[in-house]
Amino acid sequence: MNFGVQGAKSMSMPSSSASWKSGDGVSDHFPVGLRVLLVDDDPTCLMILEKMLRNCLYEVTKCNRAEIALSLLRENKNGFDIVISDVHMPDMDGFKLLEHVGLEMDLPVIMMSADDSKSVVMNGVTHGACDYLIKPVRIEALRNIWQHVVRKRKHEWKDLEQSGSIEDGDRQQKPSEDADFSSSANEGSWRNSKRRKDEEDQAEERDDSSTLKKPRVVWSVELHQQFVVAVNQLGIDKAVPKKILELMNVPGLTRENVASHLQKYRLYLRRLSGVSQHPGGLNNSFVGPPETPFGSISSLNGLDLQALAATGQLPAQSLATLEAAALGRSTTKSGISMPFMDQRNLFSFENPKLRFRDDQQPQLGNNNKQMNLLHGIPTNMEPKQLANLHQSAQSSFRGMNMQPNSNHHGNQSSSLLVQMSQPPSRPQMFNDTNSNHFSMIPSSIAQPTLPSGMGSGVLARNGIVENARGAIYNSASQASTMVDFSINQNTDLPGNGFLLANNAGGQMATVASKGLLQEEVTSEMKGSRGLAPSYDIFSELHQHKSQDWGLPNVGLTFDASQHSNMRGGLDVPPSVLVQQNNVQNRITPFGKAIFSAAEESGRGNGPNIGQQLDTLLAGNSLRVKAESLPEASCQNTLFHEQYNQEDLMSALLKQQEGVGPVTNEFGFDGYALDNLPV
Amino acid sequence: MERSQMYRQLANMRKALFDQGFLDEQFVQLEELQDDANPNFVEEIVTLFYRDSTRLIHNIEQALEKNPLDFTKLDSYMHQFKGSTTSIGAKKVTNECTQFREYCKAGNGEGCKRTFEQLKKEYALLKKKLEAYFQLARQIGPVESACRPK
Repeated sequence: MNFGVQGAKSMSMPSSSASWKSGDGVSDHFPVGLRVLLVDDDPTCLMILEKMLRNCLYEVTKCNRAEIALSLLRENKNGFDIVISDVHMPDMDGFKLLEHVGLEMDLPVIMMSADDSKSVVMNGVTHGACDYLIKPVRIEALRNIWQHVVRKRKHEWKDLEQSGSIEDGDRQQKPSEDADFSSSANEGSWRNSKRRKDEEDQAEERDDSSTLKKPRVVWSVELHQQFVVAVNQLGIDKAVPKKILELMNVPGLTRENVASHLQKYRLYLRRLSGVSQHPGGLNNSFVGPPETPFGSISSLNGLDLQALAATGQLPAQSLATLEAAALGRSTTKSGISMPFMDQRNLFSFENPKLRFRDDQQPQLGNNNKQMNLLHGIPTNMEPKQLANLHQSAQSSFRGMNMQPNSNHHGNQSSSLLVQMSQPPSRPQMFNDTNSNHFSMIPSSIAQPTLPSGMGSGVLARNGIVENARGAIYNSASQASTMVDFSINQNTDLPGNGFLLANNAGGQMATVASKGLLQEEVTSEMKGSRGLAPSYDIFSELHQHKSQDWGLPNVGLTFDASQHSNMRGGLDVPPSVLVQQNNVQNRITPFGKAIFSAAEESGRGNGPNIGQQLDTLLAGNSLRVKAESLPEASCQNTLFHEQYNQEDLMSALLKQQEGVGPVTNEFGFDGYALDNLPV
Repeated sequence: MERSQMYRQLANMRKALFDQGFLDEQFVQLEELQDDANPNFVEEIVTLFYRDSTRLIHNIEQALEKNPLDFTKLDSYMHQFKGSTTSIGAKKVTNECTQFREYCKAGNGEGCKRTFEQLKKEYALLKKKLEAYFQLARQIGPVESACRPK
């Protein structure tokens, strides 16, 4: 396939499309790149506001007529994160526009007016405006408009959660995050979930820190292992951040860091358990490579990790790294980011997983246990993801699931190929890294389940080739929190789309993936095994790479690819991606994003990855498949150095080719969590 | 040095505009938006304002000539106009707009017309002052010529 070409393209594409791309290498990019649609008939005000918004580092589109605004919004479903509109306009009343936007696009709308009379303001409130600004508008008032995007996503997530099949078992303190992870959010537009996820993640990250620019804690492999050890010591149910922090005894680590990481971890575990509950048909087809689980764990290099793990090439460390990365990255989105991978793993290993699970612990009930096994890679709701994957195939993608699987995607395929030969190797690896986790896992079976849980995408990635679908989804999630977002959404989308895009377009994927996923999933199941994993592999690789190489944008790319791209429109994103990805919103084709991200990461161009992802995402919202191809190519580049996956990848990719075309439906720019048209 | 003199002169002009109530804090917001990428941002905005508001002024004038006066329409026009004036920080002009709207609400046609005349005067006066200000600023060059106000 033209992976190489695509990959190159995607890579080279500027991240302009990414909504959440960050200008500089700052870790916290959100809300940079927030896509604002500005509507005001007054040219003076329009120009001033545009300049102000640009100074806030937002992406601004201005128009002076409400009709134009509406058509822009309709044409580019996930092209914007927020709308700011004047109340008094000649062609259409601002409130009417507000109504339309609320009904059709469900974007947050801020009203403005020089009129500060109570009645007008009240009118705004009743029409559903999320804020009302009095003219003259000061730049300070515009700096915080991102909160509305986050808030809305958060609420959407909650809604999805409630209506979705997410287990409320251990809803974390941040339900929104959970929601994303549980992928039950698939119902909603992936974009929303993705964006929300990204934003939530970002917001959550923010919540943890008092300032916006708090430095991110990178959850390295060692750190994560320490964390897992501490959690297991305390018992997953009794593990509270404070105690974990004490046990870990890591200077500089705050309780907040631990708390958010724990949340992700829990999500991951939940996913794992969730997967077991959904033995879906997918698994059957993918049953097989137990190795995949490894892959997922190391969302970082999704494919590689798993594959490597399987082949024993991948050092346990790397897996752990991946996991850590996955988890770390996904701090914001931990749950989501992995979905891609997880899903894959979930699916592919579904059977084994389920078995595993049963053996080890009751499916949902023992999520914790399983989690522990896996090593607590909470991020990717692997179990869920896997389940989702299955579900997705069945049209019940949970938001997250899709994503994580995507990651797996790459892994899966690769892992599938690789692992098939060495199923037992994986578990070993994990064990090494996650002492507690892997030991439990029965050679192959264990793996898959774990990865899914891993969410971080990385994990998921590797293992499940079979769950290519899942992988795709998950991989996206890995990258960034944003991804997670998208993942959720994506999960709904056909596996195909997600698998690839998962990493990147987690977000995008969800939306688009819904439709595609299902198709893709099935197709993947059928024969794209090889393909699916490729995505994951890539994404994982990507992730891994970033981690290993300490790419500055690691988080970004990771997320970016996953989230940003996915987000694309959204947003979303992103966002907040674990590290930096704006992913948010653009949910460009996940696959691509992942690829690009992977490629980038491989090359050490962290930042680019995010962008690429965006590109990818934008391009192929759901066409994960198509994208996966490029990813495969990317992977080759990335991994060959490390893993010799090239052959595997290409093989996988080829398989994938059949998957769906990659279309850039997502235009999400990272932040914006692109709205992938489903 | 001539340049420094010009700087001083510019700063004084600016200060006077604020002290005399022609401009308010919003103008500072515009100044802060000016950067290397948009070195003449403030001037561009003001130019745009005057160009665009001519249309509105014209509409209001026409509406004021009608009999009977349509206060709703007048209020609506003035509301639009006020949105612009507040955005550039034209304090005195904005005050006249507010007054005008009060008269509209009260249905006071005479009051509206009187106020409108005053408004036009302030509007023209500000334009002259700002034109002189920008001209001097351009002479000085793209350097940061104005110091922060007050």
